Amino acid sequence: MTSLLKVLLSVDFGYASIRMASPLILAALGGIFSERAGVLSLGLEGMMLSGALAGFLGSFYSGSPWVGVVYAGLAGGAVAVIYAAACITFKANQVVAAVGLNILAQGITGLVFRGAFGITQDLHQAPAFQPVAIPVLSKIPVLGPMLFNHELLVYAAFLLLPVVVFVLYRTTWGLKLRSVGENPLAADTVGVNVTRMRYTGVVISGILAGIAGSLLSIAFINTFIENITAGRGFVAFAAVIFGKWTPIGVFLSALLFGAADALQLRIQALGLPIPYQLMLLFPYLLALIALVFSGRSQSPASLGSPYDKSGRS
Amino acid sequence: MDQPLLELRGITKRFPGVLANDHIDLVVGKGEIHALLGENGSGKTTLMNVLYGLQQADEGEIHFEGKPLKTNSPGQAIDAGIGMVHQHFMLVQAFTVTENVILGMRSKREPLLGLAQAEAEVKALSEKYGLKVDPRAKIWQLSVGEQQRVEILKALHRRARLLILDEPTAVLTPQETEELSAILRSLAAEGRSIIFITHKLNEVMGISNKVTVLRAGRVIDTVETASTNQAALARMMVGREVVFEIDKTPAAPKEVVLQVEGLKAANQKKLPALRGLSLSVRAGEILGVAGVDGNGQHELAECIIGVRKAEGGRVLVCGQDIVGLSSRQVAQRGVGVIPADRQHQGLVLGLQLAENIMFGNFYCEPYSRRGFLQLGKIEEIAGRLIQEYDIRTPSSAVEVKNLSGGNQQKVVLARELSRSPKVIVAMLPTRGLDVGATEFVHRRILDARDRGAAVLLISTELEEILSLSDRIAVMYEGEIMGVVSGDAADVNELGLMMAGAKRLPEAS
Ligand SMILES: Nc1ncnc2c1ncn2[C@@H]1O[C@H](COP(=O)(O)OP(=O)(O)OP(=O)(O)O)[C@@H](O)[C@H]1O
Ligand SMILES: [Mg+2]
Repeated sequence: MTSLLKVLLSVDFGYASIRMASPLILAALGGIFSERAGVLSLGLEGMMLSGALAGFLGSFYSGSPWVGVVYAGLAGGAVAVIYAAACITFKANQVVAAVGLNILAQGITGLVFRGAFGITQDLHQAPAFQPVAIPVLSKIPVLGPMLFNHELLVYAAFLLLPVVVFVLYRTTWGLKLRSVGENPLAADTVGVNVTRMRYTGVVISGILAGIAGSLLSIAFINTFIENITAGRGFVAFAAVIFGKWTPIGVFLSALLFGAADALQLRIQALGLPIPYQLMLLFPYLLALIALVFSGRSQSPASLGSPYDKSGRS
Repeated sequence: MDQPLLELRGITKRFPGVLANDHIDLVVGKGEIHALLGENGSGKTTLMNVLYGLQQADEGEIHFEGKPLKTNSPGQAIDAGIGMVHQHFMLVQAFTVTENVILGMRSKREPLLGLAQAEAEVKALSEKYGLKVDPRAKIWQLSVGEQQRVEILKALHRRARLLILDEPTAVLTPQETEELSAILRSLAAEGRSIIFITHKLNEVMGISNKVTVLRAGRVIDTVETASTNQAALARMMVGREVVFEIDKTPAAPKEVVLQVEGLKAANQKKLPALRGLSLSVRAGEILGVAGVDGNGQHELAECIIGVRKAEGGRVLVCGQDIVGLSSRQVAQRGVGVIPADRQHQGLVLGLQLAENIMFGNFYCEPYSRRGFLQLGKIEEIAGRLIQEYDIRTPSSAVEVKNLSGGNQQKVVLARELSRSPKVIVAMLPTRGLDVGATEFVHRRILDARDRGAAVLLISTELEEILSLSDRIAVMYEGEIMGVVSGDAADVNELGLMMAGAKRLPEAS
């Protein structure tokens, strides 16, 4: 018990929590754009995975992790366009489309990676982001090493929160985006282009999910392994729901799930007599429990249903 | 008179199996209040949807302020200066009043929302036109009348020079209707034009300058309101004489079938809506429940039909308590219901007419046998009811959402009344129906009474209550203020009771 407490209070745990949470935060904040526009963000996993590979390849071949990030965003966005077309233009069932997309992304990323590098045990490393200590701030005891000694993308994830709040609630565009997820017919009757808004929301979520994926492959472990996301896209999806579709709530949920991941690793290290598989499960279990208890009451009213213009309601 | 504001020429709109608009010409002058009148399904809403860009005409052209206008989307109509208040409101429930008003518009501080400034503008606008509503309230917190004001504010904020209102008064109380007429007159006095759809002839006579009557998608005539009268309009609309006063034989009430004792219940917002309400209805009589909307009428109906939990008291049907039973069990005891909100409670809009007809009964004969639906039988019954209730539809396979508002209502009526229920709970049974259909429904309700059904008629329209009820109960803040006999009712006295200013001594 005391050893657990020690872990929880350690600088190292705080540092790791923030690190583990940042891809979740990026993907989940992106997921808000999709869900608020009325399209389920269940496809985040596939978008993240595609971003992870594209980021790695971009960095590997160009030699610059920045090129990798751009590639990752583009890949996530491209996958999102496919998903958006299925859900919005072809009015497919969104759950089915998302599941299909995720499976497809897993297959294709594995195929492309093997195609490029063959089936080897060698570790292929790409140039990666290095932690950047922020002058002065990183010197603060405890907080400094915990908060101000991360990769730039990690800072970006945290700075994204105020941006999302601002865009969603303080701009006319944000109001339009939210309206098409609540009542697309009403939005249409005041001249809002429902299709365009929904596409934009989904693509933004794809770009951010792609970048979130690259965080794994070119910031944290500097290589790509098949299924590197390992369900983090689903955890981000859970964070959107558990956070009740508000940026702050979603941000905190993602932080919580990230901390759970960090804790799980440290408890394994403590060598407690708990099977490590069970510990691995911990963040997902937490996400599952959170989902069960969050309910759908505050979800956007038209979430998951395609907009049929001809039908009168 | 100078150039008209709006001119429609030969507008034609076809749907599969329906010619909804057949070469319609319509001219609306500046500052004119133009009433559009016509039977259910005659094409009024379709014509307005075409004008507003929600649907595209197959033929015809629109001229607005002298220039040809193409409306392929509502955005174009709005930019041209046309605003529309739809038959079913187009509001985002989770947004505030201000957010709804400014949605889709460029703000002064684009791309910023400028909410504070917008709020002030909405407030100023609402004060200027007497459209009382809190700019910060969320839509779901507002009454129907207030929501309508938000819709009007939306149009005014976009500087609409032509305002279309599709059955605006169908959902309003008499007082709210008065307020709306005053607002419309002041808008017209400013030089704005208004197209106003209604089924209530007295409103046409009271508010409009001109009337255009549609029948089966065609214009029958356009006349000056001053040169016509209600009977003539009704005749134009329906194509025959309409009886306004229905002749009603005296009731022959028998045993008490529906008895409500000390019923208590809360409303959506968890506030007490029914405060120990008691009433009773006998077989073969109609008890009218009068009252201003929002005094617990919805909760009363919902408690009886088993979709709202009563917090105290009893509801007896033929002597058996039905509180706590499911709505299906209540229906099995012979309670039929005509809900006020047919779009949400009475119908499944995405299903076919025939499927809606068998609702609630699909598990028993003749609709199904050994767990299988008897499609042929269902179609036959639907076909019969379409005939009998004059539901205007190309077939029984049409999805209900494609029917006109009034015809949707007829589907509910046909289903419920054809089951010969022992108790009928009817809320606003003729809301949105044309004069011919209203007459027909009133007839049907009287027939049900004469057959021995106990009818609880809940309506905010005093006229309807007065013409049908054998006894009238007035409801105020979740209680019955008194019960009077139908033919001895005094409108002033009822009005006082509806306002809560008078209470009759307990007598039964
Ligand atoms: N989207 C649609 N698909 C098929 N048929 C339709 C559609 N919209 C309307 N109709 C049909 O067109 C006709 C005209 O309907 P409309 O709603 O314009 O009538 P209305 O005059 O507004 O009637 P009400 O007074 O009952 O509201 C009806 O027969 C209706 O069933
Ligand atoms: Mg209509």
